Amino acid sequence: MAFLIFVGALVGASSGFLGSFMVLKRMSLVGDALSHVALPGLALGLTLGINPMFGALAALTIAVLGIWYLGEKTEVYSEALVGVFFTASLAIGILITPEPELLEALFGNLGKIGYSDGLITIGAAAMIFLVTSRISQKLLLGVVSEDLARSTGVKMSTVNLVYLLLVGLVVALGVKFVGTLLTGALVIVPAAAAKNLAGSLRSYHWLSIFIGTISVVAGIFIAGFLGLPSGPIVVLFSILCFALSYAFKN
Amino acid sequence: MVMNWLMKEDGLLSVSGLKVRLNNHLILDNVSFEVKKDDTLAIIGPNGAGKTVLFKALLGLLPYEGKITWSPDVKVGYVPQKLFIGKDVPLTVEEFLKFKEKSGEKIANALDQVGFKDNSHLLKSKLGVLSGGELQRVLIAFAILAGPNVLLFDEPTSGVDLSGEETVYALINRLQKEKDLAIIFISHELEVVSKYAANVLCLNKEKICFGPPKKVISKQSLEKLYGEDIHLYHHAGHHH
Repeated sequence: MAFLIFVGALVGASSGFLGSFMVLKRMSLVGDALSHVALPGLALGLTLGINPMFGALAALTIAVLGIWYLGEKTEVYSEALVGVFFTASLAIGILITPEPELLEALFGNLGKIGYSDGLITIGAAAMIFLVTSRISQKLLLGVVSEDLARSTGVKMSTVNLVYLLLVGLVVALGVKFVGTLLTGALVIVPAAAAKNLAGSLRSYHWLSIFIGTISVVAGIFIAGFLGLPSGPIVVLFSILCFALSYAFKN
Repeated sequence: MVMNWLMKEDGLLSVSGLKVRLNNHLILDNVSFEVKKDDTLAIIGPNGAGKTVLFKALLGLLPYEGKITWSPDVKVGYVPQKLFIGKDVPLTVEEFLKFKEKSGEKIANALDQVGFKDNSHLLKSKLGVLSGGELQRVLIAFAILAGPNVLLFDEPTSGVDLSGEETVYALINRLQKEKDLAIIFISHELEVVSKYAANVLCLNKEKICFGPPKKVISKQSLEKLYGEDIHLYHHAGHHH
């Protein structure tokens, strides 16, 4: 249990950290839509008998490349196309996921998280923090103005791709905890709550990490205590944090 | 020939036969001009004339045909056109400037040069809550932090709320003298162009005129540049 909590905390922290950039980049809905893409990959993983996390990661990587390509190569960012593509993958995913596993694929199942999953998560979270810290300045300068960033020699296109790949990775990590329908919330909600409270980037990142972590940890405890599934409770706890931050802001 | 010109000590930029196409539309056609190291070049032209596109090409942000040659020692500072940063974006002025330069001393120095004398409060302010004039000066500070020898300035607005009496043009003019900079700026305001620019490039997809404002800004060239709207432009300029 302690191991599970620790791994969950890492997922919450890395989701919160990555999400803090996503909210500033005004890509919140992409984070949500991405989580739906995990389902068909997860189903394929289950069917082929490999770790579903890898299946989800493969599907997410393909989707991320698609989003990146649309963002870089087309004049108008095609939000509608992203929406169509992602709902399609959710529908296909529901069809091809084996019936007994469907519920846990959609909403997560803590009981199915093994040591190997935990170790993968620890490694991936370390990588997420390391790489994101290295590109964070470039990403944020791009938020202010992509032209300004590029004029100082930042290769925005590469930075955006690396960032989106990391988001794909963090969504894959979250799938086992909260399921494909709700893992997007783990990326968006803590960051949105943090934005209500923060007066600087530094406090924003830390708050987002903190709210992400506390949501997963508290959610797992409360769900265990009440005998409820953890995914929805984790997400609801983060939304409670958001509501409080919103009230505080006003 | 281009290289020969840049070999000269005072050559900074040489543009020849520049063409830019966006979505199969020809935005700039066969534009050629040169800029010297201590030059102040104003780029004027109607909306949609390709002024900002020219800047982006000069900065290497867009694909183009033709030649853009900067002198080898060039360091470009870029001040983009008005940015819209939400009030709720948690990015302070200090954090923004630190993207470019970590030294607090250099940052204080740059802010001082753009007219922020006491800047401790400003540094902690969010970028999104600054007034238009303040944001513009912060962006200029960002541009001069790396010690550029040329500033590209996309439409400085002679800000009504630029605190103190100094207009943004007077500020640019002062920086140019203090820091030995070349300035290339886009402007709509003809009287400002006449006052501060050594040379002017009239642009409307192609080069309409180029040279010192007194020589090249004439009724004919402006009519050719703006068409019938010329009177409107003069009028608007006086009220800015």
